[in-house]
Amino acid sequence: MRTLATTRRVLTQIGHDTRTIGLLLVVPSLLIGLMAWLFDDTGTFEQIGPAVLGLFPFIIMFLVTSIATLRERRSGTLERLLTMPLTKLDFILGYALAFGLLAIAQALIACGFAIWVCGLQIDGPVGLLIAVAVADGVLGTALGLLASAFARTEFQVVQFMPALVFPQVILGGVIIPRDQMPDTLYAISDWLPLSHAIDALNAVARDSEDAAWIGVKLLVLAAFAVGAIGLGAVTLRRRTS
Amino acid sequence: MKNNAVDVDALHVRRGRNEILHGISLGVQRGELVGLLGPSGSGKTTLLRSIVGVQRLSGGGVTVLDHPAGSSALRTRVGYVTQAASVYDDLTVRQNIEYFRAILGAPAADVDRVIEQTGLGSHAGALVSSLSGGQRGRVSLAAALVGSPELLVLDEPTVGLDPVLRVELWTLFRALTAAGTTLIVSSHVMDEATRCDRLLLLRDGALIADTTPDALLRDTATTDPETAFLTLIERSAAA
Repeated sequence: MRTLATTRRVLTQIGHDTRTIGLLLVVPSLLIGLMAWLFDDTGTFEQIGPAVLGLFPFIIMFLVTSIATLRERRSGTLERLLTMPLTKLDFILGYALAFGLLAIAQALIACGFAIWVCGLQIDGPVGLLIAVAVADGVLGTALGLLASAFARTEFQVVQFMPALVFPQVILGGVIIPRDQMPDTLYAISDWLPLSHAIDALNAVARDSEDAAWIGVKLLVLAAFAVGAIGLGAVTLRRRTS
Repeated sequence: MKNNAVDVDALHVRRGRNEILHGISLGVQRGELVGLLGPSGSGKTTLLRSIVGVQRLSGGGVTVLDHPAGSSALRTRVGYVTQAASVYDDLTVRQNIEYFRAILGAPAADVDRVIEQTGLGSHAGALVSSLSGGQRGRVSLAAALVGSPELLVLDEPTVGLDPVLRVELWTLFRALTAAGTTLIVSSHVMDEATRCDRLLLLRDGALIADTTPDALLRDTATTDPETAFLTLIERSAAA
């Protein structure tokens, strides 16, 4: 009940900000279109296109969520809410649901644009591709919630993006395939959630693995998201100094 | 006789190396309108936060409505208004109140009631970001009135308001206490002291007076609270 009230409130807030909605929904598609154009006639887009579908929802949802929850801490509304009968999990889940829904809309538009406008070749089931892209957006949301717990200012929260997101992008297999990395980096990348998302997107695009294998990857992403949400809830304090 | 609404017992609060409150003890009866007065930096907000239960204490204790301050049983029974308006700028007045109503599980009729009580009727559909500072403060107050809490803790609710609005708010506070609500209102405007049942004067983290408006003027042989407060400070410095 209180979780859903929080979700509705967050969506109403964003609903008053049409420019943000427009940017959220359109920017990933524009960037994907730009990459398709850049790599026109080279075949590179076919190689990295599926991975890029996972990158944008991840990065954008991370940023939006971490800033939105930081604003809530800074404006005093979080403190007010924590004097009320709202549990910490209500708060975090309320946000995760609201931005999760936005992530779904964003992933649907980005996948549709990549496949039907940019002509990205997907050999496996498109539904699975969308599922992984959505999971990526939700994961970005969950990590954004967690990051905002450790940031006191807007400057700090923006710095968390290079700190938490860029290493995952660099080691995720977009720049070079993961199996061509030095062993140590390969081992590290195995522990980063985005690597699993990109593996799954590539597998669907090439139809190289079965649905059960993709399902395991989705579970790994879900586990990271749940872990981040749980940790985020633990870091909320009703009493502060 | 009913127990006190608030009992503060030898309360110490430390922030970093500085001690903000040095062993404060006081009691507030149910239905009282208590003014917490003192200059800025005297520890008023810290004391109010301790009563609401959002402040980490370093010694002593606070009991509110027979429960330790901040316990979950109190979350629908205590309303708190912070100094800066803690409401959502990108929601309308009504949407803000609707949300806090849902969180508190209060009756739906409360939304119209608190908007009416705070005189925000003509702004109910306006985004909070489009309101003036005084109006935003009233939205914050309205949110605290939802669910008719038994104890209201208000941190400088009249700051920056024009005199007419200030009188209206004090009339509202008086009406609330008449209905049995306990109010603790902080202010650094000494003139507001005369409107309270009881006065707590705080300075440098210590309580220098716990009195009534009449007794304050009588004991200090002064005619206005501002001068009375200065007299008390001189006395406490001399002691």
